[in-house]
Amino acid sequence: MTVAALARRTPTARRSRRGARSAAGWLYATPTALFVLLLFIVPLLVVGKMSVSNWPLLGGDLGINAPLNYQKAVMNRFFWDSVGFTVKYTVLATVLLIVLGLGLALLVQQSTRWKSVLRIAFLVPSALGLASASLLFYVLYSPFAGPFAHLLAGTGLSFLGTPDAALGSTLFLIVWRYAGFYMLLMLVGLQNIPDEVYEAARIDGAGPLQTFRGITLPLLRPTLALTTVLCVTGSLLAFDQFYILTKGGPDNSTITVVQLIYSVAFQGQNDLGVAGALSVIVLAALVIINIGQIRAFRGKSED
Amino acid sequence: MTRRARVSFRDVAIRTPYWVFTTALAVMFLYPLIWTGVSSVSPHPGTNQVDGWGFGNYITLGNYQAGIWVYLLNTVIVSGLTVLITLVVSTLGGYAFARFRFVGRNALFLLTLAILMVPYATVLIPLYVILTRVGLQNTLLGVALVLTMFQLPFSTFMMRISFEAVPREMDEAAMVDGCTSFSALWRVLLPAVKPGLITVGLFAFLASWNDFFAPLILITDSRLQTLPLAVANLRGQVQGVVDYGATEAGVVVLALPCVVLFLILQRHYVRGFLSGAFKG
Repeated sequence: MTVAALARRTPTARRSRRGARSAAGWLYATPTALFVLLLFIVPLLVVGKMSVSNWPLLGGDLGINAPLNYQKAVMNRFFWDSVGFTVKYTVLATVLLIVLGLGLALLVQQSTRWKSVLRIAFLVPSALGLASASLLFYVLYSPFAGPFAHLLAGTGLSFLGTPDAALGSTLFLIVWRYAGFYMLLMLVGLQNIPDEVYEAARIDGAGPLQTFRGITLPLLRPTLALTTVLCVTGSLLAFDQFYILTKGGPDNSTITVVQLIYSVAFQGQNDLGVAGALSVIVLAALVIINIGQIRAFRGKSED
Repeated sequence: MTRRARVSFRDVAIRTPYWVFTTALAVMFLYPLIWTGVSSVSPHPGTNQVDGWGFGNYITLGNYQAGIWVYLLNTVIVSGLTVLITLVVSTLGGYAFARFRFVGRNALFLLTLAILMVPYATVLIPLYVILTRVGLQNTLLGVALVLTMFQLPFSTFMMRISFEAVPREMDEAAMVDGCTSFSALWRVLLPAVKPGLITVGLFAFLASWNDFFAPLILITDSRLQTLPLAVANLRGQVQGVVDYGATEAGVVVLALPCVVLFLILQRHYVRGFLSGAFKG
């Protein structure tokens, strides 16, 4: 400590020391900077260029054609359907996961042995990948091999046969896979509410419902904001579950925006220009939606 | 708050619905996993395990195209590289952000977090073009580099707060004793941030082992497919008839390492969050 204190006393030594520290800081940050620059910033610039260029998958960049790609993107026959479906799915998935995540968290909040067993049971599915979970439910929902196959046989019902059933079945898969994860985030938030506040409410004679509405919900707002942003972002970009489970069907009723981008880029049309334009539209929408959400949560907490 | 030693009839009457309800919930979460494991070895018509119990479905899976071992090895390589590179980059980065002041520090940190806000597809389509140009498209290293980039927001953030939680006196004392900033990191700080490293490593493993979208776009050679891709493609192979048995076996092979690892490390996983990864 004494040597460092001496070094700090003389201004020139201090300046050169600070310069050396700054250089060392950059040295340690260089790998991060390279990853961010080469695999994130450069691709964003390329996708911007792509969206205003005639750029077939195999032909490469054939020059600027703005704004043709954007017109083609919006006029794609699945564009508005996929936007509508993605928004519908996002609203349902977010409401379900936030409500059930909070419900499960309240159920297992205290640390007893049985409750920690429950916590682990709810969390195990979140160790699976979304693709693995989708494959698992693909078999589970199958009218031939699934455990409910003989129950459904003859009734004409199926898990993935109609648009509504396909959406509902996919939502069940998503709740199964993610509810434990959202429960964990809610538990973190609940843990940050001091016991004294509950104690005070109890002394004032507040019932469980009053305590929940008056204390738990308002004090949980930062957590609710974080989980909502996380869930909305994830759901708007849904791909794996629909690609594997429903393949966009039945009757193209479950095509999400990201699936549309994928199919425009790599399946059939092979048009990276239009896919780039769609990607830029999705990026812009996501930024606007997230800024809106953050503002809404911040505005509420100020009054 | 005096606790009665005697369990009254009223207590039991209140508790029983709770026990039934929570048990039912736990069963609902565990049932799909257990069902898949059991039915992958049980007899079922239309699969390669028709008579009696056994591993027929796993043998089918093993003989699928290039052989399951090739896909398993590809997945191990991609996950191994991703975990390794993520740990190195986020440890150095987290150390830089937590302990040094340098020009552009906040801008770089915010840019790293901004990766979270950008759709997977928006970055992957240009990455397909860029990696093709530098010869990394259709390589496992390319996939690992891309997956590492997607891991950086969480892992850099996690390592930064892990280093910030260690008292500054520790590395300052080491530097006074003649350590360079690197040997202070290597000898003194690294053992102190071990829980953070385990959490980051676990997340990087789970994400890269399971990732579907990046290899779907970046890998075109079927011999370089990763396991999730191979199992998803395996479904419609034989004249459009889905082999559900082999698919079940594939799901088990995919899920088992993740579930086992999660159960071993679940304390770290849960504690990593509860220790304040998401505070504020």
